[in-house]
Amino acid sequence: MSNKRVQSLDSVIIRFAGDSGDGMQLTGDRFTSETAALGNDLSTLPNYPAEIRAPQGTLLGVSSFQLHFADHNVLTPGDAPDVLVAMNPAALKANLGDLPRGATIIVNTDEFTKRNLAKVGYDVSPVEDGSLDSYHLHPLGLTSITVDALAEFPLSRKDKERAKNMFALGLLSWLYTRPTAGTEQFLKSKFGSKPDILQANLAALHAGFNYGETTEDFAVTYEIAPATMRAGAYRNIVGNNALAYGLVAAAHRSKLPLVLGAYPITPATDILHTLSRLKKFGVVTIQAEDEIAGVGAAIGASYGGALGVTATSGPGIALKSEAIGLAVMLELPLVIVNVQRGGPSTGLPTKTEQSDLLQAMFGRNGESPCAIIAPQSPGDCFDAAFEAVRIATTYRTPVFVLSDGYLANGSEPWLIPEVADLPHNDITFVTEPNDIDANGDPVFHPFLRDPETLARPWTIPGTPGLEHRIGGIEKADVTGDLSYDPDNHDKMTRLRQAKIDGIAVPNLVVDDPSGDADILILGWGSTYGPIAEATRLARNDGLHVARAHLRHLNPFPANLGEVLGAYRQVILPEMNLGQLALLLRAKYLVDVQSYTQVRGLPFTSVELANVLTEASELASATVSGATR
Amino acid sequence: MTSTVELGMPGAGTLGVPHLVQDAPAQTKKDFVSDQEVRWCAGCGDYSILAAIQGFLPELGLKRENIVFVSGIGCSSRFPFYLDTYGMHSIHGRAATIATGLATARADLSVWVVTGDGDALSIGGNHLIHALRRNVNLKILLFNNRIYGLTKGQYSPTSEFGKITKSSPFGSVDTPFNPVSLALGAEATFVARAMDTDRKGLTSVLRAAAEHRGTALVEIYQNCSIFNDGAYEVLKDRDEAAARLVHLVDGEPVRVGTDKVVVRADSGEFTVVAAEGADPSRIVIHHADAEDPSEAFQLSRLDDPTMSHVPMGIFRNVSKPTYDDLVRAQVDDAVESVGHKATDSDLATLLHGKDTWTVGG
Repeated sequence: MSNKRVQSLDSVIIRFAGDSGDGMQLTGDRFTSETAALGNDLSTLPNYPAEIRAPQGTLLGVSSFQLHFADHNVLTPGDAPDVLVAMNPAALKANLGDLPRGATIIVNTDEFTKRNLAKVGYDVSPVEDGSLDSYHLHPLGLTSITVDALAEFPLSRKDKERAKNMFALGLLSWLYTRPTAGTEQFLKSKFGSKPDILQANLAALHAGFNYGETTEDFAVTYEIAPATMRAGAYRNIVGNNALAYGLVAAAHRSKLPLVLGAYPITPATDILHTLSRLKKFGVVTIQAEDEIAGVGAAIGASYGGALGVTATSGPGIALKSEAIGLAVMLELPLVIVNVQRGGPSTGLPTKTEQSDLLQAMFGRNGESPCAIIAPQSPGDCFDAAFEAVRIATTYRTPVFVLSDGYLANGSEPWLIPEVADLPHNDITFVTEPNDIDANGDPVFHPFLRDPETLARPWTIPGTPGLEHRIGGIEKADVTGDLSYDPDNHDKMTRLRQAKIDGIAVPNLVVDDPSGDADILILGWGSTYGPIAEATRLARNDGLHVARAHLRHLNPFPANLGEVLGAYRQVILPEMNLGQLALLLRAKYLVDVQSYTQVRGLPFTSVELANVLTEASELASATVSGATR
Repeated sequence: MTSTVELGMPGAGTLGVPHLVQDAPAQTKKDFVSDQEVRWCAGCGDYSILAAIQGFLPELGLKRENIVFVSGIGCSSRFPFYLDTYGMHSIHGRAATIATGLATARADLSVWVVTGDGDALSIGGNHLIHALRRNVNLKILLFNNRIYGLTKGQYSPTSEFGKITKSSPFGSVDTPFNPVSLALGAEATFVARAMDTDRKGLTSVLRAAAEHRGTALVEIYQNCSIFNDGAYEVLKDRDEAAARLVHLVDGEPVRVGTDKVVVRADSGEFTVVAAEGADPSRIVIHHADAEDPSEAFQLSRLDDPTMSHVPMGIFRNVSKPTYDDLVRAQVDDAVESVGHKATDSDLATLLHGKDTWTVGG
C-alpha cells in the first residue's frame, strides 16, 4: 500500500495535450472510461487539428482531450484545466493560457529539445527559466522513462517511445486513483495479434502507475467520490454514436429498414462508420459519390418505404439543399443530420459552431419549411434522433437534426434507455383507395391529407391499383396532378407550411426554482451544458435566474411566446452571430439579448455566469433608477 | 413475394420482381397509358419512344405496380407522368441517385431512369458514371436530342462542335461527349444505342436491357422538332441509313451498310473498308460479352460528327454482380449470422456496448 497522503476532491479537469501523433485522444478516452467506471459524472471535449498529421512539434499539430469529472452532476467539459499533461513544448504553449495559476503541469522534458523549443518560439525552456513558478510543475522525461521501462522488450526504440502515452495514462490513473483493469482489457483486444506491442503497452501503463507510487515527485493522490446519479445502467457515449443508435432504435421501433445515404465529411463521418457496422439491424449504408447523391439515395429509399437518412455537416447541407426541397415537395419522410462545424465554406472543419440554424430554416428556394430539432448533450443525441424519426414519419417531412462538433465528439455517461420504454412508432402505408371520385367510385388521391396531421398518404411502389406519379412540380391539392393554377399554388404553399406549424411539440419547460427570476437565459443545442452550469454558478451567487432550453426549433413550442414575455430580460447565448435571436425577435417581437461567440469552442460557464451577473446588475440599476 | 406460378420473361434483370399470375388477364399497351395529357411538342421524338415503351412493357409480364420510372428534369423527364406505373419526376440530374436508393431498398421493383443529354451528361454526369461503375440494377434510358429543349435551345454536352444556338451565336466551342464511349469508359455492364423512330430496334434493345441484371444504359437518338430538328435526319433516310448504320450483332462480323466492313489495322485501330477484298482475318467480330470493354469502346469511336458510320444495337452486355444485390447480401448475411431479425434484446445489447456500469437504486 502506498503511504502517500490521499486527498478528496469534488471535481477535477484534466487536459491531455500532445502532437497529433502522440495518442492523446486515445489516452483521454481510456482515462474517461476508467473514470466512468468509478461512477463519477463526467464530460469530455476532444480538440484536434483538421490536418491528420500537421508538422510535428508545431502549434498547428497540437491535439488535446479535456475531461471534467466530479462527485456531482457535470454539465460541461470544464472551463480551466486543473491539470495539463503536455507531451511537447507546442502542447505547453498552446494550452498554458487556459490554465489558472496553481494548476498542475506535467511535461515530457525529453521533447523539450532546442529544436522543438525553437519551433514554437521559445528561446529558453519554460521548464527551466522560472516562468512556470506559479504552477505545480512536474518535469518528467516521459519518453526516456518509458523506453527504460521497456528495455527488455524486443522492439525498436520508436515502438517503445510510442508507448509513452500509456505511461502518462498509468501515472494519471495512479494520481487520481483510477482502476486500470478496463484499459488492460482494451489493450488486449486492440493488440491481441501483436503480443510484443501489447506487453510493451501494458508494461508502460504499469510503469506509469508505479512511478507515481514510488517517486517523491508526487506526494498526494486524489480521490473523487462517485456522483449521485439516477439509478440504472450507464455507459460512456459520444454524440455521434448516440445519434446513430437513436436512428437504429427508432427504425427498429418503426419496423422500417434504415437506409443511410452519406458522403464522408468531418465531423459527421462517424455516424456513417457506426451505421455501416450495424447491418444485422437491417441497416443499409450507401457511401455515395457526393453529398447530393447521398440525400438522393435517402429520398429514393423513403419513396420505397424505408427510413431514409442522410448525415453531413454544413457544406454538405449546402449541396443537398435542392434535394431537400424536393423532399419537402414530395412530402416523404427524411431525416437530415447536420453535425455543424465552423463556417462558412470549409471554415473550421474540426471545430464546433451553431451557425447553420438559418440554413436549416430557410436555406432552400421557395417556401420550403422543414422541421428542426437539436440535441443538447452527447447522450441526448439519441433522443433527438428518435424524435426526428417520429416527426419525419408522422408528418412525411424532412426533419433536420442540428448536432455540432462539440456534441459529436464529446462524451458523457449515458443512462441507457430500456428498450421496452422506447415508444412504438406504428407506420401505416396506405394500400387502398382513400377517396371517392365524381362517379362515386373509389379512387386514390396521393395528396389527400390526414385532417389531423395534414400528412399525405405514404403509399409505396408495389401497392396494386394505387399507381401514381409524384415530383417536384407543383401539384393539385388532393389529386396530385400537375397544376400551375395560381390559387392552387397559394393553397399548397400554405398547406405545406401549416403542416410543419402544426407538428405536435411539447411545451417549453422553464427551470426557475425560486420563482422570482426576472431574467431568463435561453439556449438551444450544445450550449445546454455551459448555460446550465452558468445558471448554477449564478444561483450560488444569489441571483434569481430562470433557464430554458429549446429542443424544437421549427416549429417552436406553443408556449414559447408566453415564456419569453414573462421575463424582463431574455438572454440567449449562441455560437453564431445571433441566429435564433433573429427568429425570436421576428416572431415574438421580444427584445432578446444575444450573447454570441464563434471561436470554434464551447462557451465557458464562467463567462456566461458573468453575463448573468451583469444582466442582473443592469436590471437592479434600472429598477432603482425607475423608483428614484 | 407471390408464391403463385410466375409468367413472363425469365430475364435475370427482373428476378425478384413479382410477375403476373398465370390466370391474370394479359396486359396491353393501354394498361400503361396514364390519364395525363401528353404535353410534348408536335413531332417530338419522345412520342415514338413513349409508344414503343408502352408497347413493350406488357412483354415483361411484371405486375404494373412493381415498375417505377424515375426521371430528372428536361423534356424527356416528363415521361413518368404519361406511364401508368409508379413514377417520380425529380430534380435536374439526380434521378440516378434516387433510383439507386430505391433499387437498393427494394429488390422487388423494376426501376427505370428516364433522362436526357443535358440531365444525364451535364448536371448529372457524376451520378451517371457512378451508377454505371457500381452496376446498380437500373435501366437508364438516355434520350439524346443534342440540345437543351426545355430551356428553349442551348447547346448541350452532345451538341456538335461549332453548333450555333441561342447561347452559342458564334458556334459552340465545347467538345461533345459520345454517351456510349463515356458509359463504356465507366465500365458499364450493358450499353446500347437505338433510334426513336426505329420501333423494332428500340424494342429489341429494351428487351435485352430489361433482361440484363445491372445498370443498362440505352442511348436513344431522339429528334427535337423545335430546337434541333433533323439532327438525325441523315440516319432516317432509307438509303443513307442503309449506308451509314452499323447494326451490331453479337458474334457476327461488324458490317457498315451492305458493302463495307470494320477491320482491325496493324496498329489495332478499327477502320471501315470495302467488304470486297477485305482480309477475312482482320474483319472485326462483335463480342458484346467480352470482359474487356476496349473493343466495344473502339466500335463506339467509329461514330464521327458527319455520322458516316453509326453503330446501333448492343455494344456491351456482360454479367457482373450488381451493387444492390451485394448490399442486400451483406445485410442478409449479417442477419443470418445472428440467426434472426434484430430483436429488442439485440437492440439492448447494442445500446449497452461493452463498457457499462450500474448505479444502484
